[in-house]
Amino acid sequence: MIPSSYYLALSAIIFVIGVVGVLVRRNAIVILMCIEMMMGAAGLAFVTFSRYLNSLDGQVAVFLVMAVAAAEVAVGLGIIVSVFRHKQTTDVDEINLLKW
Amino acid sequence: MLDFAWLILLFPLLGVLINGFIGNRIGKKWVGRVACAAVGLSFLVGVGVFFALLGEEHGRTVSLFSWITVGDFQIQAALLVDQLSTLMSLVVAGVSFVIHVYSIGYMAEDERYSRFFTLLNLFVFSMLILVLADNFLLLYVGWELVGLCSYLLIGFWFERPSAAEAGKKAFLVTRVGDFGFALGVMLIFATFGTLGYAEVFEQAPQVLTTGLATAITLLLFAGAAGKSAQIPLYVWLPDAMEGPTPVSALIHAATMVTAGVYMVARTHVLFELAPLSMTVVAVIGAATAFFAATIALVQNDIKRVLAYSTISQLGYMFLAVGVGAYASGIFHLTTHAFFKALLFLSAGSVMHGLSGELDMRKMGGLKDKMKTTYRAFLAGAAALAGFPLLSGFFSKDEILWRAFNSSIIPSASLRAGLWLVGIVTAFLTAFYAFRAVFLTFWGPSRVDEEVAHHIHESPRIMTTPLTILAVLALIGGLIGIPHLSAVEGFLEPVFAHHQAVPPPPAPPQPGGGSGILEWVLMALSAAVAILAIILAQYMYLVNPDRPGRLSKRYASIYKLLSNKYYVDEIYMAGIVNPLRNLASFLSRVMDAGIIDGAVNGLAAFFGRAGEETRKLQTGYVRNYGLAMLMGVVVVLGYLILR
Amino acid sequence: MEMVLFVVLGAIAIIAALGVIVAGKAIYSALFLLVNFCSLAGLYLLLNAQFLAAAQVIVYAGAIVVLFLFATMLLGGGEEARGTSNVKRHTSRYLAIALAVVLFMEVGYVLVSGTLTGMQGSDTPEAVASMGNVQAIGKLLFTDYLLPFELAAILLLIGIVGAVVLAKKEPNTQYPISNTQG
Repeated sequence: MIPSSYYLALSAIIFVIGVVGVLVRRNAIVILMCIEMMMGAAGLAFVTFSRYLNSLDGQVAVFLVMAVAAAEVAVGLGIIVSVFRHKQTTDVDEINLLKW
Repeated sequence: MLDFAWLILLFPLLGVLINGFIGNRIGKKWVGRVACAAVGLSFLVGVGVFFALLGEEHGRTVSLFSWITVGDFQIQAALLVDQLSTLMSLVVAGVSFVIHVYSIGYMAEDERYSRFFTLLNLFVFSMLILVLADNFLLLYVGWELVGLCSYLLIGFWFERPSAAEAGKKAFLVTRVGDFGFALGVMLIFATFGTLGYAEVFEQAPQVLTTGLATAITLLLFAGAAGKSAQIPLYVWLPDAMEGPTPVSALIHAATMVTAGVYMVARTHVLFELAPLSMTVVAVIGAATAFFAATIALVQNDIKRVLAYSTISQLGYMFLAVGVGAYASGIFHLTTHAFFKALLFLSAGSVMHGLSGELDMRKMGGLKDKMKTTYRAFLAGAAALAGFPLLSGFFSKDEILWRAFNSSIIPSASLRAGLWLVGIVTAFLTAFYAFRAVFLTFWGPSRVDEEVAHHIHESPRIMTTPLTILAVLALIGGLIGIPHLSAVEGFLEPVFAHHQAVPPPPAPPQPGGGSGILEWVLMALSAAVAILAIILAQYMYLVNPDRPGRLSKRYASIYKLLSNKYYVDEIYMAGIVNPLRNLASFLSRVMDAGIIDGAVNGLAAFFGRAGEETRKLQTGYVRNYGLAMLMGVVVVLGYLILR
Repeated sequence: MEMVLFVVLGAIAIIAALGVIVAGKAIYSALFLLVNFCSLAGLYLLLNAQFLAAAQVIVYAGAIVVLFLFATMLLGGGEEARGTSNVKRHTSRYLAIALAVVLFMEVGYVLVSGTLTGMQGSDTPEAVASMGNVQAIGKLLFTDYLLPFELAAILLLIGIVGAVVLAKKEPNTQYPISNTQG
């Protein structure tokens, strides 16, 4: 069997790439995508543990995570659309009215 | 009757309350009546107490109410009604009454009429508290209150900057003395655990060491020096002449300034346990007497002459109590009250008649135009000078005699020295007193043109008090004739049971010549007074240029005297200005700079911190995300490394 | 065999992830995301989570990515030449990358030091296989995890309502000119 650390390392890599993406990209939609990617990586970690600890709880967790992710994407995109209607842009750097 | 002694205090207090609260509404006439009635009734009660006391041996303590009760410490608000305090209250109330009547006329034009009488009554009330108190704390209350009244009354015409300054000066200078006084009282409390006269005086001989007694008494004397204008704290009294003349008469001649003398007499038990203090008191008294008399010689303002004269006569009183002749000191206090008040009121009458002129060089020839005033002033001056058989003669002579053969001052040469200073000062006193008389009333008129048209005698309400006081000044001495001294006999129970007072003719010299000596000295005083009067007449009437020529020949001495030995300037440069600079430094650098700077700096610091911190809120989501990542990394790192 | 599959799928996942963050246009990022999800599904299969693999494809790849595509096409997600944008950059790219690397190293350290342990459960692959993966998960969902399950349902309801409310056009409001009509 492949050691669990391989899977976990992979999960970590994807997660980190997602983090970078959130911080580097300026398009709001792409940022949301990177967040989804991070959640996917987390799910991978869950499933890995489920396998290596012989417990199905991990898979149930991922199942619920998926549900949450779906709801979150829906609402997030709704927000982006709504903001777009006013500012005509999806560039997060232009949405800075809450500064000091 | 003695138990009703508190009425003496009640009437003036009522006067204060009535005039103070509704004075403006009841009209000037009633204000005057209320004020005079208050003091008058007080005097009558005093007379009643006096007669009641004649039948008793010792005085009584009349307790009013329990004032302070803190743990073991108890102070009653109580009055000590004995011969000394009764005599003092009679003097205070009596002379005050006369002056109140006078003021009705003198202050008739003033707008703040009711305020004046309220303050005068308040003063009488405070002085009576001082005199009747039976413990040091109540004495201190009275002491401070009279100081306050003095300040308010000196600066009564506070629109005049000089008057306001004079009031401040009086208060501050006496404050220096009062500080010593307070320390003395505290020291008494620390030593005895109580502040009542009876307990303190009873325990004193056993409890006090000489050193402690000296410390206490010197501190108490510091207060006396301030209040009674002795060296070095006399400088406020001449300036206090800025106040209305009745104020000068009442407070700065007859009553408040005598508080110090009264205090020393009252605490004589303590003073006798500290021979050094007694010597100090006597020496300062004599020195002040001489010093002030020399300055009075060359003053041109009639009230200033009288002010320095007061300082000088107070010196005599301290000389008396310093050599153990307490009754003599109090006797002189009484006669001085009469003739000094008389002199001040007459001077006020002169001012009134001359539309406010005070400079004697611009007076002259008034004796026919202001007859009653002239006669009153003459009587007062004669008494002051110690003209034989008048009141001032007997009291002053008594002091000189007692100084000469006091049993308190061991050194014969010191005694002789004190006597000599005393007699020289008597000469000077007579001289300047009659100089004032001659310059003001005799000779050709040097009065200004416009003023000369309005010269008039003062109204009856002002001249009647003058007459009363004149009579007292002339015959008042008869109660103190040596060997028949009713004053001394009356006061004996108070002063008797201590080793101090030598019974009248009990000389330290062997041989029976003492009786003769006393009469010889008395004759000497009389001769000195008369000589001085003749000299004054020569200098100011017969040969009026003489003084001018003399002052030119001895120009530097003249300058020194007429500038009051530059004492005020010395104080200003040596004490006042350094203190002012220190205060200015402290206020500018320490307070405004450092303390305010620190507080403001702290506030500014937080302001700046806030400003900088606020810049974290950039509004860009990605920055926030970066911050979050940083946080996660840090926390994770910490958890891992642990 | 398993190793080979793992390596291939892993590589694809990583490359796709990089593609997501690197792609110039948003639409490309979405497509790379799709690839990433599918490779994750493959990895789930490797890990004996068949149900999840299917759910991954259906939900993530099939619904979420489609949503992204719709949104991108609606809002025009083109990011022009990234190096020369007119808007001033407000974060530092390099700091972000550096921090991310540090994060990875921390996680890596934890992995390598072998401190991650857990309780062994009772669902061995054989036990699961005997019942079937779906049934096994279903059993857990409706007994031990019933409450989270119901809550997840409510959450989805909230999501629906929220999305509708947010995206609804205000009546009588004048918007600046938009790409859409109506």
